Amino acid sequence: MIRDFEGVIIKTVCRAVTPFIQLYGLYVIAHGHYSPGGGFQGGCILAASLILMALAYDIKEVKKQLSEKLNTIFCSLGVIIYAGIGLLCLILGANYLDYGILYKILPVDAAHARSLGILGVEIGVGFTVMAVMISIFLNIASGGQHEEGEER
Amino acid sequence: MAVLAVIFIVTGVFFFTTATIGLLRFPDFYTRMHAAGKGDTLGAFLTLAGLALYNLHHGFSFDAILISIKILLIALFIFIVNPTATHAITKAALNCDVKPWEKKETSK
Repeated sequence: MIRDFEGVIIKTVCRAVTPFIQLYGLYVIAHGHYSPGGGFQGGCILAASLILMALAYDIKEVKKQLSEKLNTIFCSLGVIIYAGIGLLCLILGANYLDYGILYKILPVDAAHARSLGILGVEIGVGFTVMAVMISIFLNIASGGQHEEGEER
Repeated sequence: MAVLAVIFIVTGVFFFTTATIGLLRFPDFYTRMHAAGKGDTLGAFLTLAGLALYNLHHGFSFDAILISIKILLIALFIFIVNPTATHAITKAALNCDVKPWEKKETSK
């Protein structure tokens, strides 16, 4: 991989812009159930912020901020949230992912319970998509070695 | 308000047009990046500012002001990031030994 085009302008702007990209990713996830967007798109934006850091700096910098262990935990946490909400609906006596039944354990009526259930599933999808996107990028960019960049 | 918005949008579209003509007509990579980077940045900023103004021409309700602020945030983001992306692409081309265009001797 070509590593010569790093420069102070690119590094500074990427570091300054990354938190706003992450904030926008959370915005897309949080508004996913009644406007364009959702878990997959928000997770992709969150992953893109860290991929931007990997491009502007190097892979070691990203691994310092989000270790592989934490990444794997995020990856499975999202699946657990998704499947957990689905199974909770099943346990309460409705179909899989039939959020309306959640009003039995939440202090709201059925319509709001449906909205909150969709939001919970979107958060789970966002976690998993972010973790898997970052994992795919790091593994393809470095050939599975994760040894790009100097030791810090 | 609407007249001002139309002036902004028409100016922005003019800059987009010049940037596209430059992208098609300039001789080599660096001059094309120059045209695309500068023209598109200013064109996008003016067009989005015009849209933010046009959004307010029914009155200053809270929702309309919120949407205009979001449009201006997009414009600010483009204003910071687009020149940086142009800089990164141009620097990568320079590192890959893309030769700049030079004027040739036409007749002896």
